[in-house]
Amino acid sequence: MSTTNDKLIIAGREFSSRLMVGTGKYASNEQMVAALEASGAEIITVAVRRVNITDRSKESLLDFIDTKKYTLLPNTAGCYTADDAVRTCRLAREAGMSDMVKLEVLGNEKTLYPDNEELLKAAKILVKDGFTVLPYTSDDPIVCKKLEDIGCAAVMPLGAPIGSGLGIRNPYTIRIIMETVKVPVIVDAGVGTASDAAIAMELGVDGVLMNTGIAGAQNPIAMAEAMNLAVRAGRLAYRAGRIPKKLYATASSPIEGMIE
Amino acid sequence: MEIIVNGEARAATPMSMLELLRSLDIDPRRVAIELNHDILPKGEYESTILNDGDRIEIVHFVGGG
Repeated sequence: MSTTNDKLIIAGREFSSRLMVGTGKYASNEQMVAALEASGAEIITVAVRRVNITDRSKESLLDFIDTKKYTLLPNTAGCYTADDAVRTCRLAREAGMSDMVKLEVLGNEKTLYPDNEELLKAAKILVKDGFTVLPYTSDDPIVCKKLEDIGCAAVMPLGAPIGSGLGIRNPYTIRIIMETVKVPVIVDAGVGTASDAAIAMELGVDGVLMNTGIAGAQNPIAMAEAMNLAVRAGRLAYRAGRIPKKLYATASSPIEGMIE
Repeated sequence: MEIIVNGEARAATPMSMLELLRSLDIDPRRVAIELNHDILPKGEYESTILNDGDRIEIVHFVGGG
């Protein structure tokens, strides 16, 4: 059993890596590129923002990213209404020539929790418009089922608030979501260190998406490699089937043949 | 005439969208444009002539999560 013949399939597209990473918050573009490489990710998120028309000296993100190697997943970060999110997705499609988007519609700045009412509204419009929609959502099985019914290609429940690094706070709801929907379940947000990613994967989710957990680490490139290994280790452990938890010991060595 | 580019009012002479991008030193291949709230397809930059009061959003990809 290995991870090589274990593909993640989203809307008919196959990916070997189950780790998706963001491109924000790095100290430099060079550091970002090295971290992406170390992460082994194939899908990377990007944000859509106004071009600075007064200062054109800044380098463009796409000067650093090999778009043949990575699948760009534009997000709607910072959008608080369905209307803004839909506009952003349409711009992203025009800029990137791809219809796959990470849809997020936020409820407030303090928690960055999703506004699921607006999220569902935007998802409906975008699916009708031909987008492959990957929605960031709260870890709510009911909302996830609604997103699947609308036609979203995956659901991406949070493990904890964006950038919090608190880990998978409610593994039980994540498990219920996995039992509730047939589309891939990607844990998006909350991962703080490698064990968090492994815990998510051991639950059996299809993938993990993170940005701050890598970019905010003291050594982002090393943490990217750690996340790469953790996601693969967690996936393998899930497929291998862990032992049941028991309160008391069971000896590993035979009892027969002891010296007397 | 005056146009609004990314929220900023700018004096402009009648020109195409492509000419505007060139005057701003923007590579047309790397951006997406909304003209008065509607997507302007890349193939129409050259044939689209700007009008007084046009609201233009020029966006590109930046790092994000």
